[in-house]
Amino acid sequence: MISNKLQDPKPLNGFGRLLINKIFLALSVLSALIGLAFLGWILTTLFIKGLGSFHLSLFLNDLIDGGLRNLIIGQFILAGIAAIIGIPIGMTAGIYLQEYGQGRYASIIRDLSDIMMSAPSIVIGAFVYAVIVVPTGGTSGWAGAIALAIMMIPVVINTTDNMLSLVPRELREAGIALGASKYKVILDIVIKAAKVGIMTGILLAFARIIGETAPLLFTSETSNYFSLNMSESFPSLTVSIYDLANEPEESSRDLAWAASFILTVLVLIINLTGKFITRNKK
Amino acid sequence: MSVMKIKKFSFTYPGVDHPSLRNITLPIEKNKITALIGPSGCGKSTLLRSMNRIHDLYPGNKYDGKIELLNEETGKYSNILDIKKENEFIKLRQQVGMIFQKPTPFPMSIFDNVAYGLKIAGIKNKSELHGRVEEALKGSALWKEVHDRLDKSAMGLSGGQQQRLCIARAVAVKPEVLLFDEPTSALDPISTGAIEELLVELKKDVSIAIVTHNMQQASRISDYTAFMYLGDLIEYDKTENIFLNPKEQKTEDYITGRFG
Repeated sequence: MISNKLQDPKPLNGFGRLLINKIFLALSVLSALIGLAFLGWILTTLFIKGLGSFHLSLFLNDLIDGGLRNLIIGQFILAGIAAIIGIPIGMTAGIYLQEYGQGRYASIIRDLSDIMMSAPSIVIGAFVYAVIVVPTGGTSGWAGAIALAIMMIPVVINTTDNMLSLVPRELREAGIALGASKYKVILDIVIKAAKVGIMTGILLAFARIIGETAPLLFTSETSNYFSLNMSESFPSLTVSIYDLANEPEESSRDLAWAASFILTVLVLIINLTGKFITRNKK
Repeated sequence: MSVMKIKKFSFTYPGVDHPSLRNITLPIEKNKITALIGPSGCGKSTLLRSMNRIHDLYPGNKYDGKIELLNEETGKYSNILDIKKENEFIKLRQQVGMIFQKPTPFPMSIFDNVAYGLKIAGIKNKSELHGRVEEALKGSALWKEVHDRLDKSAMGLSGGQQQRLCIARAVAVKPEVLLFDEPTSALDPISTGAIEELLVELKKDVSIAIVTHNMQQASRISDYTAFMYLGDLIEYDKTENIFLNPKEQKTEDYITGRFG
């Protein structure tokens, strides 16, 4: 009986499965298309409007003269200082979690860091406002950079932790077996083995914070003038986009489009660099 | 003469009630190859990994008994289970090196791989470093294949070459004992043959303990063989006796392939 059943194919059944397969495929393609369509829409609008108002002189003048120079430089300084603060702290914490931390204590820190990673950025902005801006008597570049650093730290912790966990245990043991001490094995061997992954993760974290607005909105604010003084309100591209988009004049909104376009291209370049590094070093 | 004397040694992993090794007494003879054989889970790797205390990377292990290591200069033995200080661990691991199942080249150049242990040992002089690296690579039968690309990444070598590089790296610091944890089980037969020849060559300078699942390998290269089963040492003797005239029934069953 059993062998009979096996030899007797059910064409309808097979047909049914093929049909379900086709329907599923069609649904997936449709969903992907809907997602991509919106992305394409955003990018096309951005490119058309942005390119329409784009001019090289934007890079030469400050906002007070109708350009974006001070804002772009300011945004990079804010994100750069955030990276200088955030990368060492994040990497050290990630190394601690993966190489030294054990048991409950480490897993609590890991969970906290994961929660931090999904904390709304406006909350981080509000936090820095309360603990830095209010006590120091005003918005400043430092406050903005610190808010961005707080955004960045959990991402770097997570990347470092994950990338180090991919390094095989034997590699650490081989280092120890040659007489190296634990910290030397970590610095010389483990981090080197995980270098590409960590670098990519850091670059992506940087790309993320450079496009943030909410943490800067009431921490660094923005400035119409070129400034290197981190103790006062600091020029920020993203905050200025927010301000400009709310202005009644057409010219201000055009400038906001151009700024958005430049910001998108910058973030895209950083992201692609990350991808490029991963592909080439693997 | 024994370079190591394991005496009534027991070992318990953290969080486990039963010891994984019980009351092991075993010598590692100088300038000989000692093979540790036995079915999976018999504790042979655990024993090997106790001999340079690599277990201590992970906390909570329990050691009992003694593992004595010969000091070549004074001719005296000291118990490595007494070691507590970091610098003593470093010294122990320079005396007792280790090669793993999977090749473990470091992500750096071939030269830097071999020089790594030497630099840790404090050798900074460039010409001395070069001399020692060349000597180690020649001693590991790798020099001919890599002498023109010492600055290239070690990750580009084949599996067999990587394993010989790891041996060169361990040999470079001139250890007294080398521990091999199934060094050929990830390699093809030709690379395996090369490594076996190399081991026999190396025993002029170092004493070797090797864990192997391959009984032909044990019979081909070792001078002494220890058969272990479920955490006990069942039989230890000259290799030819173990394979031709085992005294214990279990040993005979294992080497004739009746279990394991």
